[in-house]
Amino acid sequence: MLRPVSARRPVVVALGALVGAVALGVSMGPADLSFVATLRVLLSHVPLLHFHSGVSRIDADVLWQIRLPRVVLGGLVGAMLAGGGAAFQGVFRNPLADPYLLGVAAGAGLGATAVIVAGSQLSELLPLAAFAGAVGAVTLTYVVGATVGRQGATVSIVLAGVAVAALLTAIQTFLQQQHAQDLQSVYAWILGSLTVATWSDVVLILPYVALSAVVLLAHRRLLDVLRVGQDEADSLGVRSSRVRITIVAAATLGTAAAVAVSGLIGFVGIIVPHTVRLTTNASYRVVVPVSMIGGAAFLILADVAARTVLAPSEIPIGVVTAFVGAPFFLFVLRSRRVGRST
Amino acid sequence: MISFEGVTVRYESTVALSDLTDQVDAGEWVGLIGPNGAGKTTLLRAVARLVPHDGVIEVDGVTVSSMSPKALARLVAYVPQQPELPPDMTVGQYVLLGRTPHIGYFGFETRTDRAVCAELLRSLDLAVMADRRLSTLSGGELQRLVLARALAQQAPVLLLDEPTSALDLGRRVDALELVDGLRRERGLTVLSALHDLTLAGQFADRLIMLGEGRAVSTGKPDEVLTEEALARCFGASVRVIRSEDGDLVVVPRRWR
Repeated sequence: MLRPVSARRPVVVALGALVGAVALGVSMGPADLSFVATLRVLLSHVPLLHFHSGVSRIDADVLWQIRLPRVVLGGLVGAMLAGGGAAFQGVFRNPLADPYLLGVAAGAGLGATAVIVAGSQLSELLPLAAFAGAVGAVTLTYVVGATVGRQGATVSIVLAGVAVAALLTAIQTFLQQQHAQDLQSVYAWILGSLTVATWSDVVLILPYVALSAVVLLAHRRLLDVLRVGQDEADSLGVRSSRVRITIVAAATLGTAAAVAVSGLIGFVGIIVPHTVRLTTNASYRVVVPVSMIGGAAFLILADVAARTVLAPSEIPIGVVTAFVGAPFFLFVLRSRRVGRST
Repeated sequence: MISFEGVTVRYESTVALSDLTDQVDAGEWVGLIGPNGAGKTTLLRAVARLVPHDGVIEVDGVTVSSMSPKALARLVAYVPQQPELPPDMTVGQYVLLGRTPHIGYFGFETRTDRAVCAELLRSLDLAVMADRRLSTLSGGELQRLVLARALAQQAPVLLLDEPTSALDLGRRVDALELVDGLRRERGLTVLSALHDLTLAGQFADRLIMLGEGRAVSTGKPDEVLTEEALARCFGASVRVIRSEDGDLVVVPRRWR
């Protein structure tokens, strides 16, 4: 009997990492609060339990209003970027594909920049504008790509994505240069940050991220079928163009929601899925769920580094993901190569 | 089992296959021969509905264009000339892909699916490699593996595009013997493009010779493999020799 691909062990390991990351994320900060205090505060928020944390009001607020939403939001964003990256790599059968491939980042950047330069009274609209820009950009890419190339051809869609991203980035840069006084805010948004994370941000993106995650997880077997290419997938009875559009739509929705509240955090969508592939199994039944959990853990840890290394000032989280992620990824790649050749 | 009626395939303005009418009986092995670009691959792809066609193709009495992709994949298994072989996929995972037409959209392989694939790996001498990655297999092993995946579809029709092109002389005969054995054992109908005319003559029950998208001649190997017809169709000088045990041997010759 053939053994089915099991994601159990890597999922358990990744969950362990996530628990550790969350514990670190809520314990680290200027106010000296223990993990136990955090747990007590958490319990006190469980409905119907009527548990009194015994933690001072200020400390409880720091945990509940500042640290916890930041950790949860970081987890959601990280899970989405890594899961979306894994899905895009599968759909486009390209190891360098990431969730920004079809213009999500450029579209979100343009939307956010437009709101920032239009004036601070519109700042409530920033996530919405970034989200709309991101979804609009990918829609444009798909429409252009599908009309230019053979129906369902991934190459023309990827090329259209490059063109759309270049166009939108040009417009964004133009806007930014015309409003030099806002340069700092635009730049800070683009580099990505979880500094002002609140529960309302979490509530805002949760439906999109949850829907996207469910759809991507549900397609993990079909992503494995797509690994043999469009022709062979079709000959196995899969309507591969339709499957690809569904996955791209789901990944785009979730990624757009994530960047709308966090800015353009790079690199997560590439290194996390590849680290999972190299250390466990290349099957999407493992790569999709473990990337999501691992991506959440990774971004929470990156955020801990972002706010502690140069405390009290913060480093942009995008800088941390690249600075820590790149060498780690190279290390994994190298040790794997060596392991294989011996 | 497969019937073609006025089948034409166009790629934009060029006609790759023109007005083909023929049929393949159940249990028969029909070989497609002809020079490069004659339409062999196109014909196979049209049956698997990977290219749109005019005219009617029926498999098991049902028109191919009216079937759902899944229903077609349960009737027809297609092996392209150069199958995509993800290097980091395991042998077991790869064979299980063949069960796709039997699994629901959001479903996963059942015990039955795994038992079918395990049995195939055993019968093709691949069982010990179930956990190995495809990148570690030899050409002959990969060939058997690709066949195993196609057989996992449990389809009565097998479409093979040049199944021996990547193999050395000995492995070529092995691969075709294997197909022939499986065909007899499982009652499969085989339609295959074959480059090697000598082997085509030895293995196929019947040959269809294609030239520029048209069926130039069809019939038993010794009716199709004649020096004049091959010279005309391939634009090459060939000699057809009958060996002592009755096999036809097609030998290409230099122009003099």
